[in-house]
Amino acid sequence: MKRQLPFLLVFIFGAFMTIQYYVPHESSEFVYTFLLDWTMIIGIFALALGIWSLYHVSVDKIQHKKENWIYSYVTLFGLFIMVVFGFSYKVGDSWGMYPLFVIALMALLYCLIHASISRSKGFWLGLSGAALAVSFGVAFFDDSWKLAFMTSEGLKNTMFTNFADFVLTPILATMFALLAFFIASAAYRAFRARNVLASLLLIAAIIVMLRFNPYMPFGLPELVAETSSWLMNVPNLAAQRAIVIGIGLGIVATSLKVILGIERGYMGKG
Amino acid sequence: MTEHKNIFDRMMSLDRRWIFLFLIVVCVATYTADFTIPINTEAEVESIFNFLDSLPEGDIVLVAIDYDPNNLAELHPMTYAVVEHLWRKKVKIIFTSLSQLGPAMADQAIRDISDSLKVDKTYNYNGVEHNFKGREIVNGVDYTFLGFKPYYALIILGMGQDFRLNFPSDYYGTPLDDLPMMQGVINYDQVACVVDLSGGNITDAWISYGQGRFNFPLMLGLTGVMVSQYYPFLGSGQVSGIMGGLLGAAQYEELADNPGRAKDGMRVQLFAHYVIILFIVLGNIGFFMSRRKRMEGGN
Amino acid sequence: MEFSDFLWMTCGIFLTLATFSFLYKDNPFYKFAEHLVVGVSAGFFVVVLWHGTLVPNLFQKLEDGDWYMLWLNSSEWWYIIPALLGVLMWTRFSKEYSWVSRWPMGLYIGISTGIAIPLEMSNRVNKQLHAMMIEIDWANFFGGNILSTTSGFAQLLIFVGAIAALIYFFFSKEHKGLFGGVATFGIWILMIGFGASFGYTVMARVSLFINRMQDTKDWGIAAFNNAEVVNPHYGAQYQIVFWLLVLFVVGYIINEIVSHLKSKQV
Repeated sequence: MKRQLPFLLVFIFGAFMTIQYYVPHESSEFVYTFLLDWTMIIGIFALALGIWSLYHVSVDKIQHKKENWIYSYVTLFGLFIMVVFGFSYKVGDSWGMYPLFVIALMALLYCLIHASISRSKGFWLGLSGAALAVSFGVAFFDDSWKLAFMTSEGLKNTMFTNFADFVLTPILATMFALLAFFIASAAYRAFRARNVLASLLLIAAIIVMLRFNPYMPFGLPELVAETSSWLMNVPNLAAQRAIVIGIGLGIVATSLKVILGIERGYMGKG
Repeated sequence: MTEHKNIFDRMMSLDRRWIFLFLIVVCVATYTADFTIPINTEAEVESIFNFLDSLPEGDIVLVAIDYDPNNLAELHPMTYAVVEHLWRKKVKIIFTSLSQLGPAMADQAIRDISDSLKVDKTYNYNGVEHNFKGREIVNGVDYTFLGFKPYYALIILGMGQDFRLNFPSDYYGTPLDDLPMMQGVINYDQVACVVDLSGGNITDAWISYGQGRFNFPLMLGLTGVMVSQYYPFLGSGQVSGIMGGLLGAAQYEELADNPGRAKDGMRVQLFAHYVIILFIVLGNIGFFMSRRKRMEGGN
Repeated sequence: MEFSDFLWMTCGIFLTLATFSFLYKDNPFYKFAEHLVVGVSAGFFVVVLWHGTLVPNLFQKLEDGDWYMLWLNSSEWWYIIPALLGVLMWTRFSKEYSWVSRWPMGLYIGISTGIAIPLEMSNRVNKQLHAMMIEIDWANFFGGNILSTTSGFAQLLIFVGAIAALIYFFFSKEHKGLFGGVATFGIWILMIGFGASFGYTVMARVSLFINRMQDTKDWGIAAFNNAEVVNPHYGAQYQIVFWLLVLFVVGYIINEIVSHLKSKQV
């Protein structure tokens, strides 16, 4: 029951999905369609695990005052403020008491974190109650905005979209933009024409980098552009084709091992 | 100690922050200077443009916005160029985004492009002048944004059965059957082609699970990091065209006569490449000089 | 542009600069931005998952049922089953019952590997092999240009190159003699491929920085109302915000330089 049933499930569903591809029949198509839908729904619950563990790790950091623990509050507030925005939306022209509502909920979050990690639970729970009461009160009396859980107005909430456009996007984009500098410094330190192979790599890289360079004499721009196009479409294609075939065979072999129960690492111990 | 270091040794032990600063200065200087560099288009991008340009009014294209903000620099310009080109031609679009933060990207792009199409414009491409009359882009008529679902491989297969299987309603919560443009649109059979703009593994799924199973024309817009990996699929005909990185986006902008951020950035790109090549050359000079010195010392 | 939009833009620029400050060294601004983005992206994901998947794909299917009947009386009651299996996933956190989570896992893994086998085999292996087995165009061997990508020479090079690279990958037999020669050719081809890949990677990374410069420029344009469309709401407050941020950044840099010099003196 603990070990055999999961492997049986893997085998049955794996074999069914494989065979279904080769023998499409109305009834098997019906089951196939169902399974595609169901699997996604099961998966959503699995994703919730990830969010929970982010919360857990952050609270744990705060509780044990690990390195940079103070920033864990930033993570948690970021998480919950997006959730609050995603479930509320403006009705009238102004936000009314909405800021108070958000602050009260953030205070509630703060108090709840402390209630779960501090010794004086009663005190923090009392404060949480007060924060909850304030947020309920505001939500009840203020008509300029509304909460929506079963309809998706929250996705159009300007606070939600602004946080996505002006907080999420710039930071993530910039974090990856840092790589421009690291690659420059890596190019300086690591790319050496030590031998023929390394020289081949370097020359190919430089030709590709200069493919759109118009400032060269003697018709070189055309030649470089043509060479780089040839490099991409001929030697690169050959090399990548070998890699694609290799990966393809690897995926198929691993999948077969999983279905036949030879590879069992994904189930964990126990 | 330091007196014994020659110029090459000193060059090799330079604090990397000087390299950073130098690159920043060159990039900012080039960006401030107002000039453009000519963009030559290539067959990989031309095939995408020609296919999309040949579509008649009213056809439907599926544009998959499968990237997160970390790749937006390269892929957003492609989205803007392709989507604006399609909407100018009154081709309808189904957007999906199977990447975790993709909805934010798609939502932003749809808002921006709709705004930019409200005014009249004139475009000049393929040797013909095209007058575009500004119009309102309407959700459900010009486009449907299906939104995000996790587990992209399953979703790509599911959409091949019926869009409604995984997407009973669109991103904004409207049931698909209530959207005018989705009437009679069941699955990929009603879609002229799929344009996948992606910064990750989702492209593999579009190739294997989408094009491989349902045989629609598939065009890719990829980040520079990925682009070389997908040439085999171009060679085998599984993929009909590839736009790679900012250069690919600039080429599409050039083809559609719609200069945007990609074309604007190419001059900086060029000078940044000069800087990086300069560093590679300097690093190699230092390497060979110190190696020669070591060899001489050894002898 | 409304002033509030401009403030949001300023916020984006501030966070951009905060993240870039990492190039100099790790500092509280960078840490703040780093931790903030983790939370905000998770929060965004929660909301999109809820509105985009849980509501339409599960809750609305069971809408016409009643909770006290455990939704078994809804018209599409069978959607309870995946929900139940999904909830079983959560037993992973329990030491005693974590084995229950293997059932839905088994189902999920079975399905995802089952769909992978035929499709990956056909699209990655068969079609690529098929594309390789084309007749070489001997009549047009150089196609008038050695750099032609459609000539017989190019076709031959792709064929031989891919085979050689596969041989290099797959055979652990000692690379000697003819076999070694082919494998060496394979690694040459691979290196050219990686070189092209690296060239594109450099391009990609630089583009990311260009994008940040473009956003910063747009912000500057918005602050000084230089855009094509003149802003009817425009006022001095835009420039005040602009200069405040500039002042702050310059102040921070001066502060860093001063403390750097002081630490050197000590």
